[in-house]
Amino acid sequence: MAEYVWPAAGDRLHIGKHISRLDGPVKATGRAKYAYDVNRRGMLWAIMVQCPHAHARITSIDTSAAEAMDGVVRVHVIQDVGTEIQWAHDEIVAVAATSEEVARDGAAAVKIEYEVLSHFVNERAVDEAPDAQPAQAETTGDPAAAMASAPTKSSGAYHVAQIAHCSLESHGQVAEWQDEETVTLWASTQAISGVASQLGEQIGIPASNVHVETQYMGGGFGSKFSVDRWGVVCAQLAKDTGRPVKLMLDRDQEVSVAGARPSTHAEVSTAADADGNVVAWDSKSWGSGGPAGANSPPLPYVFSFDNQTHMHTSVPTNTGPARAWRAPRHPQACLVTMRALEDLAHAAGMDPLDFFLKNIEKTGERASTYVEELEKGAELMGWRDRWRPRGSGTGTVRSGLGLALHTWGGRGHRSNCEVLAYRDGLVEARIGSQDLGTGTRTIIALVLAETFGVAVEQVKVTMGRSVLPASGASGGSTTVGGVSGATRRAALNAVDAVFERIAPRLGTEMANLELRNGQLHFKDGSMAAMPWRQAAALIGVNPVSATGANPGPGQLNDSGVGGIQMADVSVDMETGVVSINRMVAVQDCGLILDMKLAESQVYGSLIMGVTYALTEERVFDPHTGQMLNAEMEFYKLAGIEDVGEMIVHMMTGPGYDERGVIGLGEPPVIAPGAAIANAATNATGVPINEMPMTPERVLAAINGGMA
Amino acid sequence: MRAFEYSSPRTTEDAIRLLSAEGAVALAGGTDLLSLMKDGAAAPSRLVNLKAIPDLTGAHETDGGLHIGATTRLGPLGEHRVIRESFPAVAQAIAGVRSRQVLSMRTVGGDLLQRPRCWYFRAGFGLVPMHDGQSMAKTGDNRYHAIFGNAGDAVFVNPSSLAPPLIALGASATVLGPDGERTVAVEDLYRTPASSDESEFTLGAAEIVTGVTIPMRSSSNATYEIRNRKGFDWPLAAASVAVSDGGARVVLGHAAPTPWMSAAAAGALAGGISEASAEAAGDAAVADAAALSGNGYKIQLARVAVKRAALAAM
Ligand SMILES: Cc1cc2nc3c(=O)[nH]c(=O)nc-3n(C[C@H](O)[C@H](O)[C@H](O)COP(=O)(O)OP(=O)(O)OC[C@H]3O[C@@H](n4cnc5c(N)ncnc54)[C@H](O)[C@@H]3O)c2cc1C
Ligand code: SF4
Repeated sequence: MAEYVWPAAGDRLHIGKHISRLDGPVKATGRAKYAYDVNRRGMLWAIMVQCPHAHARITSIDTSAAEAMDGVVRVHVIQDVGTEIQWAHDEIVAVAATSEEVARDGAAAVKIEYEVLSHFVNERAVDEAPDAQPAQAETTGDPAAAMASAPTKSSGAYHVAQIAHCSLESHGQVAEWQDEETVTLWASTQAISGVASQLGEQIGIPASNVHVETQYMGGGFGSKFSVDRWGVVCAQLAKDTGRPVKLMLDRDQEVSVAGARPSTHAEVSTAADADGNVVAWDSKSWGSGGPAGANSPPLPYVFSFDNQTHMHTSVPTNTGPARAWRAPRHPQACLVTMRALEDLAHAAGMDPLDFFLKNIEKTGERASTYVEELEKGAELMGWRDRWRPRGSGTGTVRSGLGLALHTWGGRGHRSNCEVLAYRDGLVEARIGSQDLGTGTRTIIALVLAETFGVAVEQVKVTMGRSVLPASGASGGSTTVGGVSGATRRAALNAVDAVFERIAPRLGTEMANLELRNGQLHFKDGSMAAMPWRQAAALIGVNPVSATGANPGPGQLNDSGVGGIQMADVSVDMETGVVSINRMVAVQDCGLILDMKLAESQVYGSLIMGVTYALTEERVFDPHTGQMLNAEMEFYKLAGIEDVGEMIVHMMTGPGYDERGVIGLGEPPVIAPGAAIANAATNATGVPINEMPMTPERVLAAINGGMA
Repeated sequence: MRAFEYSSPRTTEDAIRLLSAEGAVALAGGTDLLSLMKDGAAAPSRLVNLKAIPDLTGAHETDGGLHIGATTRLGPLGEHRVIRESFPAVAQAIAGVRSRQVLSMRTVGGDLLQRPRCWYFRAGFGLVPMHDGQSMAKTGDNRYHAIFGNAGDAVFVNPSSLAPPLIALGASATVLGPDGERTVAVEDLYRTPASSDESEFTLGAAEIVTGVTIPMRSSSNATYEIRNRKGFDWPLAAASVAVSDGGARVVLGHAAPTPWMSAAAAGALAGGISEASAEAAGDAAVADAAALSGNGYKIQLARVAVKRAALAAM
């Protein structure tokens, strides 16, 4: 029986190396086909008519003009007369036509009348909210008493704007029915298996008759777990017309209705004793991510204090609804906590690095990891030589340093894998997972190749189809642990199954065989090693098949990481423009399978973090409640010139590797904003408490005009 | 997007004739016009491409100064020897466009005549959007809107990158139409509309800009732009300064519905550029600025842009 472990450090063929993603070339050359690229014979285009009001009741719908248009094949009412609409850009009617242009004209010809109702889109003004929902305070110890007697106190108000996911490939899909009962959906989704079940249920066919296919997808960040209304509408239109239908969201729809990260506003008071130990925390937060308001951010974040209290108010707004955004609630909690603690360090007259180290035991079980990471980060940033107390800079452009800590779980999800070994030496993994662009395909190939002791190019990965062995949704940093565990177990089982089949043909025992470096070895030395291809020829016409699952026997993955990030920024004191000079990210995630993919994940996170720290926010018009910047001119994403130098260090070796694989999708995107805000505060000498840190807000802080 | 005819004349006469038809619109680089059409904010029935007219492209020295054809692309123009040596204000404005793709399509005429970026205008509410009888932008979110010339309902800002340096350098534009050719100062191409039915340009029906001429007067000149992002982004504030024996000119961009000439700032620089006079010019430039509800920070940015443009010209 196989032993379900990862190979020891000295025995690793691929694990931990810098291996480039396997689908890089097909993506760079445009050969990779995304959902948007799928075009079927006789296909129709569907365009959805959106509601221009943030809150309204539909009073009439007239589709006759659209239906009469040449080329319009079907008009489908999504939400009928009488429905109360809760956000602008919500979908009311879909028009399917022979071309995208005709579908647009058709959509424009649909006449919908509304009774306009009053809307609320500015949750920052919580006092004006018609429906604010305060929750009970959660309290440990006696924060008020601890606060009263502490020598060092600090307080501040911190604000994180609502942002959108803004996936470069918008949401959408192509649907095509094979017969009355069977449909294929080429979808841009993070969850092929889940979408198949959801669509089956909503459209009234067995889930097994829904084939979802996602080979490549252009970003989801948590916003693409569901079949969504447009997925159901697309399949329905395809059914009604008997033709394939493509329905992809436009950019304005993508940004306004297909994903939002809730805002967080918080008022925090903290206190420390004379030695710089934090003794009390008191926070009140509120925020919104649309009609459902927003759940509380985990405050205080990373740290737990003996005396702490937190109270949150959820504020429903008439804005496009929230969806999970990488590490839900964590980036907001990180900004609030790390800014508040930096302020307290300042009040205590301490370097925040010393202050965080002083209080590091309050982070719990990851404390020693944080210490190692802070030391490594300090070295890479030159923190000890370069940090100066807040506001010591002079001149027009001032630089400063800041740091932040984060944490995440990242345990592998449920996953199933089948491994097939063929007599031509090819080894194949079949797995119903999807590659979001994070490198999942490469990870599966690498684990399979590692286990068979062959080159990564010698294995094949078949994935991205819901008919394959079911695997969980790709979200919450659960994928790498899930697919690597399932693949490793299936591959180990497959190696055993191969041995079982070929040992008799070689006149030896299974236990005498071993696969290493592309060769079949005989442990007793009775025969010379033979190349894998030669050994595989003995498999015969029927391939060997074995399966594996996660979770399963043996400990191949774990949960729980802690990382640190440091920022070096410059602030132009006259314009409020913040420039990133350098970011340092030090991250653990257990056993690293592919160092290049892991580092890329952190680079990408830093870029995304710089973006939400400096430029990204959803802006709503007070009059109409429409999003004013639902396009990419004013919904500003950072460009390569904005991101500065990025230094990434992954923690590896003893203490890390033996934990097994842990996910990395969320952790590194949590702390950049907080580190940058702390650095901007250190540089300017005034608290920079709002994200995004636009010139407008930074100048307001510098001029003392901050709310 | 509405179906349209496309014509690509070879002469200006043909272009004017084609543009005289109802709903016809001139097409230069298309980087603005095509997005307006896709957004439904423009729906021309005919596009008249100006780029195939040989007379309209290229820059050359004439007795009157450096003449630049209307369809000259900004990329090559930024490399032009005279621009680099004598008119850094223009070269710096071009360098501020961080997109290679846009630089290789965007033309001088299209830059001067691009439509405002106001988010109400782009969303289809019109250039002077009104809500319940009030200016929608004034009572709405106006963080990117005007700090000068905003007493009326129109509070969008002129987005042209080239207008501030060209006006500072005293450039003129040649305008050709059914009634013949006329020459106007570049600043006279612009006006502030009272309602969304009016144009923000002074061009008559079927008139086009055929080129601009920068007088070969020796001056210290520079442009300074402030943007949120370093990459592709429109400036939050921009200023061009030119100081010559004949006097000083200071022009602000992204500040008012038209490129905004500041006589007070120019006055501060009339005696030459120094640290002190640059500072004074910045202060003078914004002395009569008026913030809307959400754009007070732009006054500070305009002040700094003028000061830094002056220092860069020093
Ligand atoms: C991705 C992108 C990034 C951009 N980045 C920036 C930026 O960073 N900063 C910035 O300032 N701008 C930026 N822009 C805007 C850009 O400056 C304008 O789109 C451009 O100036 C328009 O020039 P064009 O030649 O393409 O004109 P067109 O789009 O062809 O025309 C613009 C308008 O002018 C009219 N017109 C053009 N030429 C003439 C003429 N000779 N006579 C009469 N009418 C004429 C057209 O009818 C049209 O109404 C960007 C645009 C895009 C698409
Ligand atoms: S601007 Fe939009 S359409 Fe163009 S390449 Fe980028 S994402 Fe694609």
